Amino acid sequence: MNILNLLKVAINSLTKNKFRSFLTMLGIIIGVASVIAMMAIGQGSKQSIEEQISTLGTNLLFIRPATQTRGGVKMGAGSAKFLTVADANAIKRESEFVSAVSPMVRGGGQAVSIYDNWPTNIYGVDIDYFSIKNWELKDGRLFTNKEIKSSQKLCLLGNTVVEKLFGEAYNPIGESIRYNKIPFKIIGILKAKGESNFGQDQDDIIIAPYTTVQKRILAITHVHSIYVSATSSDVSQKASIEIEELLRRRHKILPSDESDFKIRTQEEIMTRLTSTSDILTALLSAIAGISLLVGGIGIMNIMYVSVTERTREIGLRMAVGGKGLDILLQFLIESTLLSVIGGIIGILLGIGVSKFVSNFMSWPVHITMDSIILSFIFCTVIGIFFGWYPARKAASLNPIDALRYE
Amino acid sequence: MSHNIIKIENLVKNYDLGDLTVHALRGIDFNIEKGEFVAIMGPSGSGKSTLLNILGCLDNATSGNYFLDDVDVKKLTKDQLATLRNEKIGFVFQSYNLLARTTALENVELPLFYNSSVSAKERRERAVAALETVGLSDRMYHFSNQLSGGQQQRVAIARSLVNDPVIILADEPTGNLDTRTSYDIMDVFQKLNSKGITIGLVTHESDIAQFTSRNVTFRDGRIKSEIIVENIKNASEALAQMPVEVDY
Repeated sequence: MNILNLLKVAINSLTKNKFRSFLTMLGIIIGVASVIAMMAIGQGSKQSIEEQISTLGTNLLFIRPATQTRGGVKMGAGSAKFLTVADANAIKRESEFVSAVSPMVRGGGQAVSIYDNWPTNIYGVDIDYFSIKNWELKDGRLFTNKEIKSSQKLCLLGNTVVEKLFGEAYNPIGESIRYNKIPFKIIGILKAKGESNFGQDQDDIIIAPYTTVQKRILAITHVHSIYVSATSSDVSQKASIEIEELLRRRHKILPSDESDFKIRTQEEIMTRLTSTSDILTALLSAIAGISLLVGGIGIMNIMYVSVTERTREIGLRMAVGGKGLDILLQFLIESTLLSVIGGIIGILLGIGVSKFVSNFMSWPVHITMDSIILSFIFCTVIGIFFGWYPARKAASLNPIDALRYE
Repeated sequence: MSHNIIKIENLVKNYDLGDLTVHALRGIDFNIEKGEFVAIMGPSGSGKSTLLNILGCLDNATSGNYFLDDVDVKKLTKDQLATLRNEKIGFVFQSYNLLARTTALENVELPLFYNSSVSAKERRERAVAALETVGLSDRMYHFSNQLSGGQQQRVAIARSLVNDPVIILADEPTGNLDTRTSYDIMDVFQKLNSKGITIGLVTHESDIAQFTSRNVTFRDGRIKSEIIVENIKNASEALAQMPVEVDY
């Protein structure tokens, strides 16, 4: 039989048994769609965790004083006065893997506007801090180097502070607040960041020049910590070592002694956070694997049964002159058509379900090409094989045995 | 001497069922000449269907020779047997074996699909002609499940005709039908036979065998008797004599 005739016979056979064809395809559709949707939902969650981690800052290194012991009494972390603005400047000047450096001092107290009051932290920082911590302006401006040098009483407010002191949708730029009775002029508002991974409201913050906070609020000359941004995430480890050496030299620490400061890279912080998303990835792979297995077994069963059920038809076709090869090719074409069409519908359905989940349940989803290719190839190959295998078995029978098959 | 369409010599067929061997055919010598209408008769288990399946090249003999239209069937491969069935044999089954959800015309076309020398146009023309021969030209586009048993068997006969075979083999073609419809089917066979088509038919009903020209009776895998039918009954006359039943 020529191939055109075979194609005609195969298509005829599929269209004449629409319900059977549909049911057979359903196994493949569900198999492909479920894998794609599962992977999309999982990948989405993973990505959103990673995005949240990145709001912590760009290639961040965080330097704070080590805990110290005074006369046997252990003091709290950050209580030591070892870090200075000069240290921060030295890092900026001398380290080659560093793109931005900012000292940070932090004070607690009460902020008061003409309408309301609110307890919050004030952060004294350098301009680089905004880029290091990925802060963006919603409105207004940052302070300038000149304003920092002259300890101007200027501040930027986080979204939560604006809401608490002025109410929502109020633009307080140009107005003043008092922080611990000291007046600050508002020059900018920060774009909201939301909660951090630890559930902390990152927008409950007032930012001012470090000089102003040091002199006017805390009356100190040291800094509480230094924020550093490495030029890229690849070199953050190198930057960490470099800064360690630099500060030990500056602090005149003997090689046998421990450092009086600690450096933590963002990677260390991330390692802890990503362990969550790693578990998620493992879970996902397991789900995808099981979906594929279950889908595969479903396809296997339905294909096997629907072809085995047609053993008598195969017997008849052989009785009227169909050769083994004719029968095999017909069933191969049929199962290939079913599998490929089912696979394509499955891909569309999988994408549709993912979109539905993201639109109506507002879950983060991310459809990956990997999941589409993997599930499509896996399901179609199983579909084709189990459409072909029972047909081969039937075609190898004597026509009369195939005809008598119950 | 007339030409033997079928010639078998000392044909043996054993079924091996583990410890037990069933001797279905115990050495048969048998011929069918061109233009004959032979009824193969016998009780269940006598080997008549086994013989027909071997004649139709649907099953292999254990030993012995079989020549179909002077071709030594024993020497053929599976694919050559398929081609032989396609070109020389028309088979009619007791249970019709039509393709479901397929029109009468497409069912009849089926054997020609496996013959690449027949074009799509010729295939359609020959199928229409075969259906006209069995008197079903008004049912060509009916699906097989929309036809009565007798009509389905006529479609099956048309399908066996369409490849212009040297012999039509029918395995209890009236086994699932009532008497009136059975006579109707025998009428179709007689008319085909009168056009010179050779027919071999298996039946266990003696009244059906009366419409054929020779009755061969089997018993326990051997030929018990062979009778040339003197007064061949005419199926259309028999039909006319039957009391008209009330159709509900």
